[in-house]
Amino acid sequence: METYTVYAPKLVTRKEYFAPGHRACIGCAEALALRLACKAIGPNAIIVNATGCMEIVSSQLPYTTWRLPWIHTLFENTAAVASGVDAALKAMVRKGRREDKGVKVVAVGGDGATADIGLQALSGAMERGHNFLYICLDNEAYMNTGIQRSSSTPFGASTTTSPAGKVSIGQVTWKKNMPAICAAHNIPYVATACPSYPFDLIAKVSKAVSIKGPAYVHILSVCPTGWRSAPDISVRLGRLAVETGIFPLYEIENGQYKLSRDTIKRRPVQDYLKLQGRFRHLSAELIAQIQERVDREYTQLQEKARGHQG
Amino acid sequence: MATKTGVEVSIAIADAVKLANADVVAAYPITPQTHIVEHLAELVANGELDAEYIPVESEHSAMSACLGASATGARVFTATAGQGLELMHEVLYVAASMQLPIVMTVANRALSAPLSVWGDHSDVMAVRDTGWVQMFVENGQEAVDNTICAFRIAEDRRVLLPVMVHVDGFYLTHVIEPLTLPEQAEVDKFLPPNDYPLPLWPDKPVAMGDFAPPVIYSEAKKAQEVNLRKAKQPILECWEEFGKQFGRYYHPVESYKTEGAKVLLFTMGSFSETAMTAVDKMRGEGKEIGLVRLRLWRPFPFAELRQAVKNADVLIILDRALSYGGPGGPVASEVKAALYGEAKRPKVVSFIAGLGGRDITVSGFEQIVSRGIELAQKGSEEEYEMFGVRE
Repeated sequence: METYTVYAPKLVTRKEYFAPGHRACIGCAEALALRLACKAIGPNAIIVNATGCMEIVSSQLPYTTWRLPWIHTLFENTAAVASGVDAALKAMVRKGRREDKGVKVVAVGGDGATADIGLQALSGAMERGHNFLYICLDNEAYMNTGIQRSSSTPFGASTTTSPAGKVSIGQVTWKKNMPAICAAHNIPYVATACPSYPFDLIAKVSKAVSIKGPAYVHILSVCPTGWRSAPDISVRLGRLAVETGIFPLYEIENGQYKLSRDTIKRRPVQDYLKLQGRFRHLSAELIAQIQERVDREYTQLQEKARGHQG
Repeated sequence: MATKTGVEVSIAIADAVKLANADVVAAYPITPQTHIVEHLAELVANGELDAEYIPVESEHSAMSACLGASATGARVFTATAGQGLELMHEVLYVAASMQLPIVMTVANRALSAPLSVWGDHSDVMAVRDTGWVQMFVENGQEAVDNTICAFRIAEDRRVLLPVMVHVDGFYLTHVIEPLTLPEQAEVDKFLPPNDYPLPLWPDKPVAMGDFAPPVIYSEAKKAQEVNLRKAKQPILECWEEFGKQFGRYYHPVESYKTEGAKVLLFTMGSFSETAMTAVDKMRGEGKEIGLVRLRLWRPFPFAELRQAVKNADVLIILDRALSYGGPGGPVASEVKAALYGEAKRPKVVSFIAGLGGRDITVSGFEQIVSRGIELAQKGSEEEYEMFGVRE
């Protein structure tokens, strides 16, 4: 195993498709996730980007961070634009106007673009069975506009529109389960990933782009600015999210759940929460409530994965 | 040899899209546009049109899918109406400012509330400033011809803009008319294949849709505005070429029996045909009335308009949309603005009628003309009058 971890980085391309020189914040794990994802996607692809952090930091007339063909139009329509790209490629290849070289279509959006405003377009594109990969870069709030809550913001997090206050605990709802929503569309491949586990992320994105039909990869992306965390612990925080079971890594291939790493001895959620200013106000009671929920959901996930094994 | 047949206008528009050999059609059903996309779906299902038909989950996604397909270099068509056009609203701006040559038929429809599936121009006027080339047609033949022209105009390297062809809902979409569908070979000769200059393709990566800080936004907008205004010349050339090849000529502003007329009626869209019949009748009665019809709505044909109305004393404009609390009919207010700087200009009288599918008959037009003349003579404190409304 140790030999593998030394050897594995050498297998990853040194080419950068999401090039250096963008304007992401210090410690942005979302930019890291996108960089790694692009290495897995490779040069034979068209990227459709929703409005959001990654669009803003990678584009500004007349510059671009992208070394792949890239289009950004609006916030909520990314999956629909990707549908159009997919349809155009199909029609033009069939009519002999484009070379048939298996160009991948990859849509990229944040959690707001995916779980909130763009959910309808994503659902439509998955239901129609377009040949595309949708990557959700989940930093758990509308960070680009200034840390407003989304349906992907975790319970108890303080954001600018779910602020913790004298009579408020912050976000009062539980994180929307996007992977389950995508899996409910009976698409061939759904996975969760985190750039703190780069080889796992690369492997999943590689698999996702190679699959015919819709694929969805949900990537937890630590945001020091929005999470009020130190910018030098983003990779560590991502690992803690996985090790506590708050953000388990798994795949759902043709409906079959498979845990990517079954954390038998999970760390207490407190280890993850205490490093983030957005959870600073949480009482022991609320932390216990989060622990209880995480335990329950993790067990359910294990059961789903086990059920499929047996 | 193309022959004249009786066909529903919606079906004929779909057939025109087939003749244009569209690659991608993305559409969502809405009355009164449905027959167009139903027939296109059928043509694709039967293998008569080799295209990808995307049955999207909303009009917002219809236009968004068109953006993606057009940016990839495909020839793209969609159709919508009323609420659907409004749901697309923000996407329309993107299509124009990203220079994506999408063609869209708009089966003009009133806007809610109250819900009305019937025709007027409320939807058109709400998307006036989206940056699209926009034209009105008056009958099925014009709809067919201009659907084909729309692709050529949109994809012209000097233009590269999306084009809306406004077809009055029900008045045109649901009527069977005798019309000529051009032969495929003739259309192929007229309409070259789409060759979008910088499509999304891995061999030559392009970045489309970067954001613009204040230092460059104004320049981007100025370039867009110059481009749309300059599109008029290619539009004129397209119509001229079409006329030479097919024998049917189109102009930004068209005049009917305006010789010696001091009073001119001014219309857009399908009501123009009823207006012509009314003009014929009034001319028969010795009244010197003429008709001016606006075909090209954007870019607005200022010079042609001024030329067409320069000898008139009274210009009676019929709008089929309201500008609530504003200057009256949207078209009337634009015409007034276009004429304001002229030393000699007709008195403009604004009427609003034909809302939500309310008919205007020949005698209705006669009444509008006589009331218009009366208002021009004695003046009015109102910005406009609504014709035929019960109070």
